[in-house]
Amino acid sequence: MPQCDTGSLARDGRRGSVSAAAASGALPKRVKVVEVGPRDGLQNEKSVVPTPVKISLINMLAETGLQVIEATSFVSPKWVPQMADHTQVMQGITQLPGVSYPVLTPNLKGFQAAVAAGAKEVSIFGAASELFTKKNINCSIDESLERFSEVMAAARAADVPVRGYVSCVLGCPYEGKISAAKVAEVSKKMYSMGCYEISLGDTIGIGTPGSMKEMLTAVMKEVPVGALAVHCHDTYGQALANILVALQMGVSVVDASVAGLGGCPYAQGASGNVATEDLVYMLHGLGIHTGVDLQKLMDAGTFICNALNRRTNSKVSQASCRL
Amino acid sequence: KGVIVPTDVKIELINRLSKTGLPAIEVTSFVSSKWVPQMADHKEVMRGIERHPGVQYPVLTPNLQGFHAAVSIAAGATEVSVFGAASETFSKMNINCSIEESIEKFEDVAKSARNMNIPVRGYVSCALGCPYEGNIIPAKVAEVSKRLYSMGCYEISLGDTIGVGTPGSMKRMLEAVMKEIPVRALAVHCHDTYGQALANILTAIQMGVAVVDSSVAGLGGCPYAKGATGNIATEDVIYMLNGLGVNTGVNLYTVMEAGNFICTALNKKTNSKVAQASFSTGAVN
Repeated sequence: MPQCDTGSLARDGRRGSVSAAAASGALPKRVKVVEVGPRDGLQNEKSVVPTPVKISLINMLAETGLQVIEATSFVSPKWVPQMADHTQVMQGITQLPGVSYPVLTPNLKGFQAAVAAGAKEVSIFGAASELFTKKNINCSIDESLERFSEVMAAARAADVPVRGYVSCVLGCPYEGKISAAKVAEVSKKMYSMGCYEISLGDTIGIGTPGSMKEMLTAVMKEVPVGALAVHCHDTYGQALANILVALQMGVSVVDASVAGLGGCPYAQGASGNVATEDLVYMLHGLGIHTGVDLQKLMDAGTFICNALNRRTNSKVSQASCRL
Repeated sequence: KGVIVPTDVKIELINRLSKTGLPAIEVTSFVSSKWVPQMADHKEVMRGIERHPGVQYPVLTPNLQGFHAAVSIAAGATEVSVFGAASETFSKMNINCSIEESIEKFEDVAKSARNMNIPVRGYVSCALGCPYEGNIIPAKVAEVSKRLYSMGCYEISLGDTIGVGTPGSMKRMLEAVMKEIPVRALAVHCHDTYGQALANILTAIQMGVAVVDSSVAGLGGCPYAKGATGNIATEDVIYMLNGLGVNTGVNLYTVMEAGNFICTALNKKTNSKVAQASFSTGAVN
C-alpha cells in the first residue's frame, strides 16, 4: 500500500501549531462584524466613487444588520484624496440607532472635524513595525502614540469611544517578520491609553493560523480577549483560516470589507481585505450569530461593484450568481 | 473545461509536479472519451510521463473496463481511484445509476485490483452538500465511506464537491465518518467555490486528517456554478501548512513554477492567491 506522506501529523508526531483541542474549543456564540468597506475598502480601490454612491453604500450596509460600519477618514485629502469628502459623507448618511459609524482620525484637527460632522466614534492607527511607521507617517511608534494622546484626551472629554488599530501584526512589508511580543507591547500601550478595542491587522495578509495563534497568545497576556478584534487580509488566501483560529481562541470581533473591496498596496494585483460575505457565510455555517442578512449584504456588494465597474472579490457572491 | 489541453502540455505539467516533492499526482481518467473528452488521451499521457520513485500516479477508473485499460501494459497504471457519492440524485445525474449500483461496479474493480495488488482510493462526492439534494446528512457520508473502505479502498477522500461546506459542517461530517473509518485512512477534497476551503481543511487537520487533495493553480472551475471557482490551489494549502509547521515535503516555489507553466499554457490567470501575491510587482515574501 502506498505510503502517501504529506507529513502526516500522527507519523512524525510534530503537530506544529495544530491541536485536536482547538477544533473542539468553544467558539463565541455571537460575533460582531466590523464593516470597513466604505473606508479601508474604498481607500484602496483604484477608482474614486462619488459622494452620493458612498452614502448609498453605507445606508445599504446599515440595513443588513451590521452593527459597525467604518464610514470615512478625516485625513488630509492631500494624503488620501479618496476620502476628501469625509464631511459630506458623515453629514449625508442616515445614522440608524444601534449602528456605530466610526471614522479614522489621525490627529486632533481630524478629530475635531469628525465630531463637528457628526461622528460619535473614532479610530486611531498604530503599527507593530518601526520601519512601517517611519515610511507611513514619518515618525517612530512611540512618537505616533504620543501624537494620538491629544486625540485620546479630547475623545475622553467628549465621551467619544476610540478604537485602536495595530498594523503589521503578522508581518511587515519592510521589516518582514514581526515579533509577537512587539505586537503585545503596542496593543497594551494603545489599550492603556484608553482604546476600548484593539483591532489586530495582518496588513499584508502574510499570516497563517500558526502565526495568528502565536501572536494572539502574546497579546492576550496584555489585553483581555473581549477587547480584541482581528483584521485579516486575504492576500495569500489565508484570511478565513486565520479568523477561524482567532475565533477558537475567543476573539469575537472581526473586521471585513463588503465584496472584498480594497487591494493590497504592497503587492500589485493581489487582493486585500477579506470579503464580508465570505466571512458571514462561514460564521453562519458555524452557528455563530451575526445579525447580518447575507442576501442584503450581497446586494450591497453588487451595488458598489457596479459603481466601481469591477468584479466582486467575494467567492460567495461569485458562486451565488448563477448566470 | 472549454479548452482541451494538448497531451504534451499535460505530460510536461505532470513531470514538473513530480519534481516538487508531491507524493501523489492524479494523472488522468480512464472514462469513456464520450463523457469526458478532455481525458481522451489517457493512454498517451500514462505512456508519456516520467515515473519518479516515491511518487504515486493514480488514475480514475469508473468500472472494470476502465480498470483493465488503465492497468494494461499499454498504460501501466499502478494505482486507481473510484468515485462514489453521498447523494442518490448526484449519482444518478452523474453516472446514471444509484449509489448501490455504483458500489457494485466498484466492487468488481476492487476485486480485480486486489488480485493484481493494485491499491484503490475511494472518493465520496457531495460530502458536505449536493447541487441537487442540498443538505447531505453526515450519516449517509459515513455509510458510503464505510462501503468503499470495506471493499478494500486504502483511503477515502471526502469531497465537498460544490464547496458549500463550512468548518461547522466539516466537523459534523468528519465526526460521523470517523466513527466508521480510522482517521489515517481519510482525506479531504475541498472546493473553494464559497471561499471556505482552507478553513475547512484546517478544521479537518485539527481533527487528525493528514491527507489533503488540492489542484495546482486552483485549476478546475465549478460545473454547477458558472464563473465560480472549484478546487483549492495547492500553493495556498502548502503556504498554510508551512505556516502551521506541518511537514509536507513539498517545495512551494516549484509548485508555483508548475502553476505558472500551466496557466501560461492555458492562457488563464491562476486561482492561487499565493501565486498572485508572489508574482506581482513589489511583492514581499
